[in-house]
Amino acid sequence: MAYDKFNVLNSTAVPLPIENVDTDQIIPARFLKATERVGFGDNLFRDWRYNSDDSPKADFVLNNTTYRGKILVGGKNFGSGSSREHAAWAIYDYGFRCVVSSFFADIFRNNCLNVGVLPVQVSPEFLEQIFSAIEADHHTTFTIDLPQQKITIDATGNAEGFEINPYKKENMTNGFDDIDYLLNIKENIRTFSKDTPL
Amino acid sequence: MKKTLFDKVWDKHVVQQIAQGPDVLFIDRHMVHEVTSPVAFLGLKNRNIKVMYPERTFATADHNTPTINQHLPLQDPLSAKQLDALERNANEHGISYWGLGHEKNGIVHVVGPEYGITLPGATIVCGDSHTSTHGAFGAIAFGIGTSEVEMVLSTQCILQPKPKKMRITINGTLQKGVTPKDVALFIISQLTTSGATGHFVEYAGNVFENMSMEGRMTVCNLSIEMGARGGMIAPDDKTFDYIKGREFTPKGADWDKAMEYWQELYTEQGAEFDKEFFFIGDEIEPMITFGTNPGMGIGISKDIPTAAEIEGGAATYQKSLQYMGYNEGESMIGKDIDFVFIGSCTNGRIEDFRAFTEIVKGRKKADNVTAWLVPGSHQVEKAIKEEGLLDILQESGFELREPGCSACLAMNDDKVPQGKYAVSTSNRNFEGRQGPGSRTLLASPIMAAAAAVTGKVTDPRTLIHS
Repeated sequence: MAYDKFNVLNSTAVPLPIENVDTDQIIPARFLKATERVGFGDNLFRDWRYNSDDSPKADFVLNNTTYRGKILVGGKNFGSGSSREHAAWAIYDYGFRCVVSSFFADIFRNNCLNVGVLPVQVSPEFLEQIFSAIEADHHTTFTIDLPQQKITIDATGNAEGFEINPYKKENMTNGFDDIDYLLNIKENIRTFSKDTPL
Repeated sequence: MKKTLFDKVWDKHVVQQIAQGPDVLFIDRHMVHEVTSPVAFLGLKNRNIKVMYPERTFATADHNTPTINQHLPLQDPLSAKQLDALERNANEHGISYWGLGHEKNGIVHVVGPEYGITLPGATIVCGDSHTSTHGAFGAIAFGIGTSEVEMVLSTQCILQPKPKKMRITINGTLQKGVTPKDVALFIISQLTTSGATGHFVEYAGNVFENMSMEGRMTVCNLSIEMGARGGMIAPDDKTFDYIKGREFTPKGADWDKAMEYWQELYTEQGAEFDKEFFFIGDEIEPMITFGTNPGMGIGISKDIPTAAEIEGGAATYQKSLQYMGYNEGESMIGKDIDFVFIGSCTNGRIEDFRAFTEIVKGRKKADNVTAWLVPGSHQVEKAIKEEGLLDILQESGFELREPGCSACLAMNDDKVPQGKYAVSTSNRNFEGRQGPGSRTLLASPIMAAAAAVTGKVTDPRTLIHS
């Protein structure tokens, strides 16, 4: 599915300083019944965000109007658990384009890259700096420069580089997806499959 | 360079490598279920393409399905729509579909091995993280997202960087009452829920060699719970005996040819791993979890650790204990429980029901416990009846439900209510996993059985019939 190209993002950020945020929290299983990709942003962090009577939980960060932005900053091991791509869809559909953490679960990271959410892994120390910067001033902005592979805390100028596979970087900056690539090499795949019996 | 089991299978499936990019990995068998596939099929429709190899693709309905009255129309319109979509997509693309009511229906990771879809040395994917289960046969099997499901449907390939390699070796003798589930929960408690992220794990040592195929499936199934991409065990005679003669396994000359490949599937002496762990089997106790991720497990005789004793942030740890209603330093033995769930792709196989039945035999279900016994497939259900287990279970006050994922993720009506405790043989104790506000204690089938008959958390070793 097509997504907007990602180049340089400058935005405020929403802090979620909790470790091991699993995909069941990002989008609970009962919201996975759709047959189309619509409405997932509404249920992002559903059970942390709303009470059982659907009233918002005042102390959850997404219900706190102080915090806004296209960057979600989470604690270590973000996105563990289920392979549901719906978690990455929910994050994208809510309006985030980037998730920053000191560690990501594998499948979640892949899913993000496939749907146009940039996972930015930083050192634990830099993550702490980011949380501190937001706590000090919720208007503080961050610059995520994908071509340069660099995240900067604008207020202090402190920056850190991040890793991304060059192929995936090319995809993200152009809004390409892997299926385009694979369809182009279909004949090679067909030839290869002849030596791969069922 | 010496090759590992993982290297051998991976390298054999690389169609081509992208410079500075991922490998194009050919997928032998693709399993599909109703929840993570509809948007992928929609993608194919939008591109106007068909499934490239429908004969390599297998669809079953499991996540959403009810576990009672499966013969009646579905009550939930959204679930019904998803099942309809899968059936329609399967028909349109010529994929075999084992839907609700079909004799082969069951949890995708239970039916795959039952019918010989799962084979040694194969690459197997599914839009479900517990696809790692199939690694028990020496396959590379892992969970994928919906975009990747679309890739495999349309080109039978996926783009993946080759993961790092980890080996976990456990030798020794397992104590009485220690099951494969306990071994897996023990490993995860040692490595943490992210300790194997980025790695593909090979399990080695006599503890795994001595396990049944069902036990190996339980272990490999839980690989994802320590973040691993997947887990695998080298195939041996036990593996070959298990798969021989099943519907989708090769026959005759094809079998002989396949065996030539399968018998090469082991890690060569001197092959290198990025990380290695060694544990002693004798030191593992029956395990139970006390927190909100599968790494938060302890031996049943131990107390809940204090924040100071664990790695990671104290705030996250306290939040987790608060959710569970527990305190540091408490014993799990004697804790109140309300529900018992035996089932799921982790522990929903015949061996699990045999173990559960063995404990409850001659005892009665505790009045305060609601028990959900959900077989992993119709084949498991049939075996439970044919082996006489059902009679024993009924005598003890238990009922058997119909197959499906059920309360493992509570997409259907099998939901544990707010604040209630469930001893569950499933794989995740995340907040709300078994229903909004539910509290899950992960354990083995015999720990679940002990809880079911005593009405509280009980060391199953005290109930083993001599």
